[in-house]
Amino acid sequence: MKPRVATVWLGGCSGCHMSFLDLDERLIELADKMELVYSPIADIKEFPHNVDVTLVEGAITNSENEEYAHIIRKRSKFIVAFGDCATTGNVTAMRNRFTPDEILKRSYIELAEKNPQIPNDYTTLAQLLKKARPLHEVIKVDAWLHGCPPTADQIWFAMTSLLEGKIPVLPPAYLRYG
Amino acid sequence: MTIEDLHELAEKERQRQAQYKYRILYCSSAGCVSSGCEAARTALKQALEEHGVAKQCELVGTGCLGMCGEGPLVLVHNDQTLYQRVDATIARKIVEEHILKGNIVREHTIDLNDPFFAEQKKIVLENMGKINAESIEEYIAADGYSALVKVLSGMTPEDVISEIRRSNLRGRGGAGYPTGLKWDIVRKSPSDQKYVVCNADEGDPGAFMDRSVLEGDPHRVLEGMAIAGYAVGANQGYIYVRAEYPLAIERLRLAIKQAERLGILGNRILESNFNFHIDIRIGAGAFVCGEETALIRSIMGRRGRPRPRPPFPSEKGLWDKPTVINNVETFANVPPIIRNGASWFTSIGTQKSPGTKVFALAGKVKRTGLIEVPMGISLRKVVFDIGGGTPDGSTFKAVQTGGPSGGCIPEQHLDLPVDYESLQSVGSIMGSGGMIVMDNTSDMVDVAKFFMEFCMDESCGKCIPCRVGTKHIYMMLDKIVKEEGTEEDFALLQELCVMVKETSLCGLGQSAPNPVLSTIRFFREEYTKKLQPTSCYEGNASTITETNGEQK
Amino acid sequence: MGVVTFTMDDVQYSANEGDTILKVARDNGVHIPTLCFLEGLSPVGACRLCLVEIEGSPKLFPACTTKPAEGMIVRTQTERLKKYRKMIVELLASEGNHQCAVCVVNGHCELQDLAYEVGLDHVRFPYLYPAKTLDASHKEFVIDRNRCVLCTRCVRVCHEVEGAHVWDIANRGINCEIIADMNTPWGESDLCTSCGKCVRVCPVGALLEKGATVGELKKERGFVKVIVTARSKHEWITVEDHEEE
Ligand SMILES: Cc1cc2nc3c(=O)[nH]c(=O)nc-3n(C[C@H](O)[C@H](O)[C@H](O)COP(=O)(O)O)c2cc1C
Ligand code: SF4
Ligand code: SF4
Ligand code: SF4
Ligand code: FES
Repeated sequence: MKPRVATVWLGGCSGCHMSFLDLDERLIELADKMELVYSPIADIKEFPHNVDVTLVEGAITNSENEEYAHIIRKRSKFIVAFGDCATTGNVTAMRNRFTPDEILKRSYIELAEKNPQIPNDYTTLAQLLKKARPLHEVIKVDAWLHGCPPTADQIWFAMTSLLEGKIPVLPPAYLRYG
Repeated sequence: MTIEDLHELAEKERQRQAQYKYRILYCSSAGCVSSGCEAARTALKQALEEHGVAKQCELVGTGCLGMCGEGPLVLVHNDQTLYQRVDATIARKIVEEHILKGNIVREHTIDLNDPFFAEQKKIVLENMGKINAESIEEYIAADGYSALVKVLSGMTPEDVISEIRRSNLRGRGGAGYPTGLKWDIVRKSPSDQKYVVCNADEGDPGAFMDRSVLEGDPHRVLEGMAIAGYAVGANQGYIYVRAEYPLAIERLRLAIKQAERLGILGNRILESNFNFHIDIRIGAGAFVCGEETALIRSIMGRRGRPRPRPPFPSEKGLWDKPTVINNVETFANVPPIIRNGASWFTSIGTQKSPGTKVFALAGKVKRTGLIEVPMGISLRKVVFDIGGGTPDGSTFKAVQTGGPSGGCIPEQHLDLPVDYESLQSVGSIMGSGGMIVMDNTSDMVDVAKFFMEFCMDESCGKCIPCRVGTKHIYMMLDKIVKEEGTEEDFALLQELCVMVKETSLCGLGQSAPNPVLSTIRFFREEYTKKLQPTSCYEGNASTITETNGEQK
Repeated sequence: MGVVTFTMDDVQYSANEGDTILKVARDNGVHIPTLCFLEGLSPVGACRLCLVEIEGSPKLFPACTTKPAEGMIVRTQTERLKKYRKMIVELLASEGNHQCAVCVVNGHCELQDLAYEVGLDHVRFPYLYPAKTLDASHKEFVIDRNRCVLCTRCVRVCHEVEGAHVWDIANRGINCEIIADMNTPWGESDLCTSCGKCVRVCPVGALLEKGATVGELKKERGFVKVIVTARSKHEWITVEDHEEE
């Protein structure tokens, strides 16, 4: 059975996923070695059980991210923090010096062109957490893949290693923030 | 003033005191000031005047009498009767019954045979309850400055140092470094200028040993410093005292002025060729300014930040000149050692830690206050005999020594003797003399958190391990106290504590983790029972366990 | 001048009396990580990255301020030291607000270099996200305290080399901050000569030139040594008081 792999997009800009797509033809090679069971680029509703490796992009910035992170942790054997936001909070965490109220006011009132109004239907909307946090401050993470975004080569290195059943230890050239 | 003049002055003062029928001493140290000794004094004075006995009685403010929890304290010196919680009414009664009729007002006395007093041994505090804290004459009449006289009339500086070395006096500021050795290094460091510095920063929360000495017997410290100056070849001394000690500063200022007036400080002291001046420098009350290199920078008007040692102040201190820096209590031990000889001193206490140590006993004991005990006394004696044990209905849990740099010692080690090495062997330190007793109501993680908060706030911020590390240790403790911490947090906490201890620049960071490490050592389950499980994969663990390279 | 012989990582070296362990190491190509140290400025021993082990002592010693003694046995790369160095970088990373992706010195940053050197793949301590200020009041330069690692190089270069003493440290512990004059906006400083030395010695993106964008700012730090050497030979003005902070 091929390893079951998932990728998740939480509080990030999707740049890391874009970088994944930059693997280009190597994607096909990867596809042969694994089964993609969940990803923002595939239309699957629920996060599946029994996942071997999950890449998580983005920081934990709202209540939905947080709940999701715990679900992912329960259902994945191995979790990789994917990119700087998942590893350090990065740009997503730049809001942390402000309170959620200040941020909402700024975005939905002060900068609104029409109908200034703070969304308040939290039955359907996620609520901002007090602070955006890197993934490992919320759940246990097994490996980290940095970069904003990680380069295709870094991703390739990490994925091939994982698919061979090895935890990737990035060589110095692949250890980079920013 | 010559040495003969000084002897004459002492004799005259003794005669003056002898003419009184009663000498009534009230504690005028900060503790009793805050519990209302001024009202007691006024009431005593009024009553004495009203009954026309004011002339036969002398009413003087003296140094700390020890049982600060029972203040204001008043001592009738002639028959050694100690009154507690003296308010205006009791003061009146003391005059009307005791002074006029000779009837001791039993219901307000404290028994001086109580183990609180009986188990103590007073060297540093010997003048408390004996002399007027603001009178140089009374100090001199109580053998004060006779050690300086002895030094100036026939001892060479080398003699003084060898006497101190033989006494095995160790620094009372915390680390227990041999004082004689320190002086010897300064003596031998070649320089045109040397300094003597008295460390009266006393930053440990709850500690007031040095303050009490300065308030109650300031001349003793001046004398010790002058002897140090003579021994090492310094002509200038500084006392670095925190601004929060206004009474100590006031008494020191007065004492320096008195000593200068009598020619005991200044140029050509007691008509010898020895010159020694003392100035006061006031600190803003940062704990780190008690660290010697930071203190020295602060005296120089710079930001009080420690620097790596070596070089030690004994080679490069104030303005890069060789500098003796000692604690208040260390200096206070010097005159009696010179007066009575090194072998007298070594007969008290233990072989490695001779003499006594002053402690500020606080926390969950019946009797709190200022105590001086011979080194080597067991902790059990201090807690249960002197302190009277924990209040009724509660049980003893731990005693904390060394303040924020020390550790908690549990019941099973209570028979340890109080000395530098023994306390260290159980992960605590002697420290400068804070001693806090805790009972079963104390949560040890919370205790550790309290001390860590102090260290975090007081970190000067120069080095990374202490500046950032103490903050993280504090946050982890807070998380554990709130029962939100995990096993991983607990493991990381211990790793970080060891790292901060080993990598910090100065003693503050190096010792800040002690309260945490010692509570983990003796009360581990108080931590572990608060930990939470971490969420993990619902099925069998991952098969990806090996790495593809070497982890740094 | 006397010479001392000592061993470092099993190799024997001789050092001129007065040289530090770090100097000997650098002269001989032995790498010891540093951050607060900068050649030409007085060493302060503050960052603790250069700590080394000396046989016979349980303590660790900063190589930048410790002088070798005859026969000393020094180790610079033990497992314990490596672990502590990594933790120091972790602590630093958690202390500030470092978003390398949008930083002017991205790719030319001493903190990044250190992170790579110690193999920092993630920071185990929670990020503190302090609310630090940015001061752009100076006509040419900016100080962004979010990225400051408090190495005090700017304080020292301004005091010791430029002689202006614009910079100093305010507050204590985790609240320490670099301030201009008596905590005034930099642009209003009476003392600042706009020489830019502080910007150039800053190891990270805390002091920067206006107009620099992401990854653009490269700093040249060797000039301090040049000035200080020249001065000590009396080629320029004399150094009166060469001291820390
Ligand atoms: C953070 C810190 C605070 C200190 N505070 C004091 C103090 O308040 N009083 C004191 O005498 N020593 C204090 N010390 C110890 C001094 O650095 C120094 O060792 C002492 O003054 C030497 O005097 P001694 O040999 O008489 O003990 C402190 C040390 C550290 C690291
Ligand atoms: S250990 Fe703490 S107090 Fe001491 S130098 Fe370092 S930061 Fe300052
Ligand atoms: S200063 Fe260095 S570590 Fe900090 S954000 Fe900039 S590049 Fe990153
Ligand atoms: S501004 Fe730069 S040079 Fe100055 S202390 Fe901060 S990091 Fe160091
Ligand atoms: S480089 Fe030596 S302590 Fe910073």
